[in-house]
Amino acid sequence: MRCSQRTLRVPCVAASVLFEYLFNAIVHKKQTVGDLSAALTGLLIAFNVPASFPLWQAIIGCLFAIVVVKGLFGGIGKNFSNPAITARIFLFISFSANMSTWPLTRLAESTDAVTGPTPLALYAEGSTDQIPGLMQLLLGFHGGSTGEVCALALLIGGIYLIARKVISPVIPCAFIGTVFVFGLIATGSVYWALFHVLSGGVMLGAFFMATDYVTSPKLPLGQLIFGIGCGIITMSIRLFGSYPEGVSFSILLMNICTPLINNLSYKFYLKEGGAKNGK
Amino acid sequence: MSQRKHLPSIHVPHHKNTAACETVTMPIPDEVSISMSQNIGAPCQPLVEKGDYVKVGQRIGDVQAFVSAPIFSSVSGTVKSIDKVRGSMGGFETHIVIETDKKQEVSEEVQIPVVNSFEDFVKAARDSGMVGLGGASFPTHVKLNPKNLDECEYLVVNAAECEPFITTDNREMVENGQDVLDGMKLIMKWLNLKKGFIGVETNKPDAIANLKRLIEQNEIKDIEIVPLPSSYPKGAERVLVYEVTGKTMNAGVLPAQLGVILDNVSTIGVMAEYFKTGMPIVRRRVTVDGDVVTEPKNVYVPIGTRIADVVEFCGGYKKEPRKIIMGGPMMGRATKSDESPTMKNTSAILCFSQEMAEVKEETACLNCQRCHTACPFGLMPSIFADAYEAKDVDKLNRFNVMQCMECGSCSYTCPARRPLALTNKLAKMMVKEASK
Repeated sequence: MRCSQRTLRVPCVAASVLFEYLFNAIVHKKQTVGDLSAALTGLLIAFNVPASFPLWQAIIGCLFAIVVVKGLFGGIGKNFSNPAITARIFLFISFSANMSTWPLTRLAESTDAVTGPTPLALYAEGSTDQIPGLMQLLLGFHGGSTGEVCALALLIGGIYLIARKVISPVIPCAFIGTVFVFGLIATGSVYWALFHVLSGGVMLGAFFMATDYVTSPKLPLGQLIFGIGCGIITMSIRLFGSYPEGVSFSILLMNICTPLINNLSYKFYLKEGGAKNGK
Repeated sequence: MSQRKHLPSIHVPHHKNTAACETVTMPIPDEVSISMSQNIGAPCQPLVEKGDYVKVGQRIGDVQAFVSAPIFSSVSGTVKSIDKVRGSMGGFETHIVIETDKKQEVSEEVQIPVVNSFEDFVKAARDSGMVGLGGASFPTHVKLNPKNLDECEYLVVNAAECEPFITTDNREMVENGQDVLDGMKLIMKWLNLKKGFIGVETNKPDAIANLKRLIEQNEIKDIEIVPLPSSYPKGAERVLVYEVTGKTMNAGVLPAQLGVILDNVSTIGVMAEYFKTGMPIVRRRVTVDGDVVTEPKNVYVPIGTRIADVVEFCGGYKKEPRKIIMGGPMMGRATKSDESPTMKNTSAILCFSQEMAEVKEETACLNCQRCHTACPFGLMPSIFADAYEAKDVDKLNRFNVMQCMECGSCSYTCPARRPLALTNKLAKMMVKEASK
């Protein structure tokens, strides 16, 4: 069956908002559904799973993200890690088979097959000859989670957010830059370095998930360390680990390191006399 | 001076609606209430008693302290009462209430000062009753008499007027540009300063053009106009000193310690008038604006006039006022009622409706750090807020909370509408309390 993403997106958003509403009501906290952060979490979860993913499992992911990751740690602004990323990892570990079965895009030139591996899975298997070209990767003509296939669209969205000053460019630049440099050193080829940048969740993670204000460092220096750390962990998992993809793990691990990075960057900030006039 | 990197600032709508409104003189009200606490430092003691007849320019309040400035009657009339009134800061103030006879008889005390020495000059500055008219109300003669006079080189005039709505400094430069330059020359002469700078935001082209014309006409070589970006808070003392001279000025440091004498442009203009006429400060220019004022304008208001009388002169209220602010919307103070009298430092009376004054509900901090990037000094208000809540004085100190000048840029920028400037203020009080 060829699944439509719409069948995941709308229920995930609705479920996340409902869970947030219920959680706040049960623990007698001020209603925060109006800030739409739960809706965003639901949307990101839908974007982070294959289009053919069973709906009930996705909704469990929403429950985990909203209640366990966000609600139990004190609600919006207090969560230590990005709820959508953590939910993705939760689903990946709980339902690994469904999380690694990717429907093919309509434009893939296959005859009967409806599912196929992602480019990163092919890379991990060593079947490099079957990997689509860079242009295909850029435009999204390959398997993968809905939110990660079209690198071009993500790039446009990311640049829009930076231009509107919603996010700072430090984390995305450090993250993507590190993936590229790491790829270049490890493979010795610009082509494969670009392949690592364009495939998998790097674009989605770098622009839309690692930049989450709550779970990333406060100061630019910290954000630089955070971005580089994400890049190194991602590439280490991809090249040396047993999983084909490591973006979500890298962001979660760096989220956990954020308080430490903050403390480190405060040291430099205060030593510089940063808070003095005429810095 | 070479072009410098500007400190971070924020863009606040200017609302300079009254920039082109020539100052009009309002009629003398039936009654004025003159506060004895009109300057930073010691409050004045009343020199008159109930039933006394006072004239314009007569000294009615003074005190022996160094940091103080005398207070003069702005009207002629009879002292009706001397009251203890709760002021806008919560403490009690003495107010002299004068019933006016509207004759405006000028007191015999009003005489053009004779200045032959630096000491005469400082004494005359005190006798003019001048305090910083921009809002801080620091006695001017104290600023002109620094301990390290030999080290002072520059006179920096604060004409930035970065607060929204207020246009009094702008009008001073347009209407009394000559007085401003004369005042500057007087100060530079008696304090032996090398150079004068007028720091003015570029959103006041009329003022800049007028001053430029006068400087050219009088062939003045040692006064320079420094255009500043029109963003908030370029008129804050420490920001201005940096932008104009490049010198870093930390909290608790006086400009004179950096070799700079700094004064507000209206203060200098009005003081120059005193040296010409002998009339001390008895009136001031006030911008009356806000969405409920029928005719916003710039008004010469006798000091002590109640807000209600001033607004009445401006056509009264269009709608019910919800909030009345004396001074600018960023750093001014809300008054408890329109019965409050104007003071030397009342640069503006801003009356806002319910819709304008409404404070929206606060939401959770998302750690976006817009407060940090908005802060001219690069402080971290979100950390102050956490540390204040945790009563962590050590952390507040480590992150230099005392450097905060309470400009309000953080509160203005915060998307969660947190009252960060208020928390900073409370945190500073906590630190001061702890160091006792």
